[in-house]
Amino acid sequence: MSAWFVENGMLLGLATLDGVSSAASVFMVAVGLNLVFGVLRVLNVAHGSLYAIGGYAAASTSLFLLARGMPAWAALPLLLVSSAIVGGILGPPIERLLRLMQGQEEVLQLLVTFALFMILEDGQKLVWGVRPVVSDAPVKVLGTIEVPFGSDAIPFTAYQLLVLPGVALLTLAVLAFVLRRTLFGRMIVAVTVDREAARAMGIDAGRVTLLTFSAGAALAALGGALASPTTSLVPGIGASTIVLSFAVVATAGLGQIEGAALSAFMIGLGRSLAVYFAPELEVVVPYLIMVAVLLVRPQGLFGTLEARRI
Amino acid sequence: MSRRAELVLALLGAAAVVLLSWAVPWLRFVLTIALAKGVAVLGILLLLRAGQVSFGHALYLALAAYMAAFGASRIPDTLLLLPLAGIVAAAAGLAIGLFVSRYRGIFFGMLNLALSMVFYSLLEKFYAVTRGADGLRVPATTFGGAALSAEGQSWAMLCVALIAAFGSGAFVKVYLASPLGSALSAVKTRETRLEFMGVPARLVLLAAYVLSAFLAGIGGVIVALSTRHVTPALAYWTTSGELVFIAVLGGAGGVLGPFLGAAAYELTRVYAAALVAEAWQMALGAVLLLVILFAPGGLWGMGQALAARRRPA
Amino acid sequence: MTALLSARGLKLAFGGVKAADGIDLDVGAGEFLAIIGPNGAGKTTFINMTTGYLRPQAGAILYDGRPILGLAPRRLVTLGIGRSFQLPQLFGEHSVAENLALAIAAREGFWSPFRPLMRPVWRDEADEVLARFGILDLSETRADALNEGARKLVDIAVAVALRPRLILMDEPTSGVAGADKMAIVETLVRVLRDAGVTAVFVEHDMEVVGRFADRVAVWAQGRIAALGPPDEVLADPAVRRDVIGIDPGEDVHAAA
Repeated sequence: MSAWFVENGMLLGLATLDGVSSAASVFMVAVGLNLVFGVLRVLNVAHGSLYAIGGYAAASTSLFLLARGMPAWAALPLLLVSSAIVGGILGPPIERLLRLMQGQEEVLQLLVTFALFMILEDGQKLVWGVRPVVSDAPVKVLGTIEVPFGSDAIPFTAYQLLVLPGVALLTLAVLAFVLRRTLFGRMIVAVTVDREAARAMGIDAGRVTLLTFSAGAALAALGGALASPTTSLVPGIGASTIVLSFAVVATAGLGQIEGAALSAFMIGLGRSLAVYFAPELEVVVPYLIMVAVLLVRPQGLFGTLEARRI
Repeated sequence: MSRRAELVLALLGAAAVVLLSWAVPWLRFVLTIALAKGVAVLGILLLLRAGQVSFGHALYLALAAYMAAFGASRIPDTLLLLPLAGIVAAAAGLAIGLFVSRYRGIFFGMLNLALSMVFYSLLEKFYAVTRGADGLRVPATTFGGAALSAEGQSWAMLCVALIAAFGSGAFVKVYLASPLGSALSAVKTRETRLEFMGVPARLVLLAAYVLSAFLAGIGGVIVALSTRHVTPALAYWTTSGELVFIAVLGGAGGVLGPFLGAAAYELTRVYAAALVAEAWQMALGAVLLLVILFAPGGLWGMGQALAARRRPA
Repeated sequence: MTALLSARGLKLAFGGVKAADGIDLDVGAGEFLAIIGPNGAGKTTFINMTTGYLRPQAGAILYDGRPILGLAPRRLVTLGIGRSFQLPQLFGEHSVAENLALAIAAREGFWSPFRPLMRPVWRDEADEVLARFGILDLSETRADALNEGARKLVDIAVAVALRPRLILMDEPTSGVAGADKMAIVETLVRVLRDAGVTAVFVEHDMEVVGRFADRVAVWAQGRIAALGPPDEVLADPAVRRDVIGIDPGEDVHAAA
C-alpha cells in the first residue's frame, strides 16, 4: 500500500487538483440547471449546449481579439463578458418558449427542451465547425504554481488552481447571499416554492423567471468559458455536459445548490482519478457515483422526498 | 379507427413497401431500416403512454446490434439471432428498468440518457473488444439455414423486417388493450389510485420498459444485419433522439404511427440529408418543435383529422 | 358485535401537531361509523394510517384480528380494505367503465397481456356495479369529463368493485351541491348495506351523518372526544358547541 503511494502519490495529487478544477466548471452548469428547474419546473436538456456555446464564444472571441492586439491579460475578464452576452442573447428566447409550454404535460416540456438541444448542438457546429478550438491565453497569463506535495512539488497552472475554484466558490457565495438576503432572491424562492401564491402576493413571476433563466444560462456559459482555456472544444461536449451536470444535480438532490457544490466535487474528483488510474472508465465513474447514491437515497444526498398529495 | 380498418391500412402499407422495393431497388434497404426503427419506436410509444420519455433507448438498440455482430460468427442464422439478441436487450432492460422505473419525468428521461452515454463511451473505449469508433463488420447470416445471394439477402431482410413489424405491432396493440397496457396512462394520471387497486405502478411501468427494450433490440438486430456494420454511433444520444423524434412525428395515437413516422423520416433523410448534412439535427429539432407546438397528434393524428373531416358529419 | 377494525393507542405527530394522540377505536363488522370534528383534528390521518399511507409512531391497527401496520396499500387492498378519496382519484383518460374494469382486473388478474381489459365478463361486471350506483348512463363518459358529484360516486364505485369488506371514505359528499348530496348518500347507503360492507367515513355535514351513520366518533386534537349513536352524540352540548356550532371549517364546507 505505502509503496503504491510512493509510486503514485504524485499522480494522486495531480488528480485531486484536476478534480477540483473540473468540478468547478461542472458546478457552474449544475447550479444553473437547479435555478432554472426551480422557477420553471423543467429540467432544460439544452442547458449543456449553453455550456458548449459559452466555451466556444469565449475561446473564439479571445482568439479574434488577441490576434488584433488585445493585451493577454484582458482574456480573463473577457470570459465573464462573453458569458454574460451568451446568457443575455440565448436566455430570453429559450425562456419564452419554455414558458409557453407551462401547464402542458411534463413530457411535452421535456421534449421541447430536447428539441432545443438538437437545434443548439448543430447550431454550434455550424458556427464553430468540428475542428477543436483552443484558446489558452488566460492560462498562460497567470503561469504555473508549484504546489508543495510532501517532499515534492506539483507544478499546476494558477488558472486551474485559483481562478476556476475561486469563481465557483464566489458564485456559490453570491447565490447563497442573493437567495437568502436580498429581495430579488426572496422573490426567486417564492416563485420556486409556489408560483401562484407568489403571483398573488404581487410578484411579477414572469420577470423573475426570465431573469433567473437568463442568469442560469449565463452561469452555464460561464462554466464553459472558464473551462475553455483548459480543454479543447469539440462537438459533443454539450451532450456530455448536460448528462454530467444532471448527474451532479441528481446526486445532490434536485434544487440543492450547496449540495450541488459537494456532489460536483465528488464527481469531479472521481472522474479525474479515473482519468489517471483507469482511463477507460473516465466517463463511467460519475454515473457509477450517481447510481450508487440514488440506489441508497432515491431523492439524492440532500434532497427531500416530495410529499405526495392525495 | 376500427381494428379492421387499421389492418387494411397496415396491409396496404406492406404492399406499398414491397412494391417500392421492387420498383426502386435501392429503396429496399431504406425501407428495411425504416421498419426496424418503427419497431423500436413502438417501445417509445408505450413509454409515452405512461407520460414518460426515454432519451436513451439507443442503448438497447445498440446492445442488440452488437450482440448480433458478435453472435453472427457463432450463431449464423438470422432467425435465431433475432430473438436471442432481442432477449439480451430485454434482460438489460429488466436490470436497468428495476432502477429507472422508480423515477418519473425528468429523472426517467435523463437517467436513460446518462446510461446510454455510458454505454456509448464503453463501446468507444474498449477498443480491443469493440474496435472502438471503427465499429465491427457483421458477417453474412443465413435464413433458416439457407445462404442467400446479396440480392436475396436484402429481400430476406426486408421480409424479416416486415414480419417483425407486423408481429410487434399486433402485440403492442393487444398489449395496449389489456389491463397492463391500459394502466400505462393510469401511471401518467393517477398512480395513487393504482396502488389502492392493489397494482404496483412501478411494475406496470417496468413491464412496458422491458417490452420497449426488447422492441428496441429487435430493431437494432435488423439494423445491424441490414447495414452489416455496427458502430458506437448506434448508442449515441442522436440515435435515441431519432427514436423520440419518430415517435412524436408519427404520433402516439396508434400502432401504425411509428411506422408512418419512420418511413417519412427515412425517406426524407435519403433526399434531404445531403442538402442539410451539417444541420440535420437542427432540422429535426425544428420539426420536432413545430409538431409539438402545432400538431401534437403527429402524422397519424393529422391523417385521422383529415379522414374525420372528409366523412360527412 | 365483533370488531372488524381495531385501533389501539395510535400516535402520530407532525412537528408539534398531534394528529393522533392515543386513538382507541373498534369498528364492528357491518357497521357505518362517521368521523366528525374540526379541520386538522386528524380525521384524514386516521384513514391514511389505516390504509397504509401513513405510519403511526406508536400503536397498532388490527384488521380481522391481524395487525396490518406496515403493510403497503396494495397489500391491504388484497385483504379487503378499500378507500375513496376526498379528491376523487380517477384515470382521466379512461372511460368510467374502463376505470371500473381496471379495478375488476386488479382483483381478478392484471398481468396477462393477452386478456383485453374490456372482455365481456369484466365489462358486464363494471356495468353491473355502475347500475347499482344508478350511473350506468355514464359508462362511456371519459372520467375527466364528469361533474364533481358523479366523480365522487365513480370513485367509490371503483373502491366497491374491488369487493372490499371495509371501506374508508374521506368526505364522500364534499364539493357536491345540496340537492344532489342526499341523493348520493341514499345511493351509498343502499349499495354498501346490500354489499354488507363495513364503512368508516369522514364527514362535515351533520345531516349526512345523521342519515348515514350507526355511530359517530368525534375527533378533537388527535383524540376521540365522544363516541356513540348519532342522536346522542349530536345532541351533546359540548359537541354542538365545539364541532357543529362554531366550527368555521364546517361553514366553509357547507358553502363549498
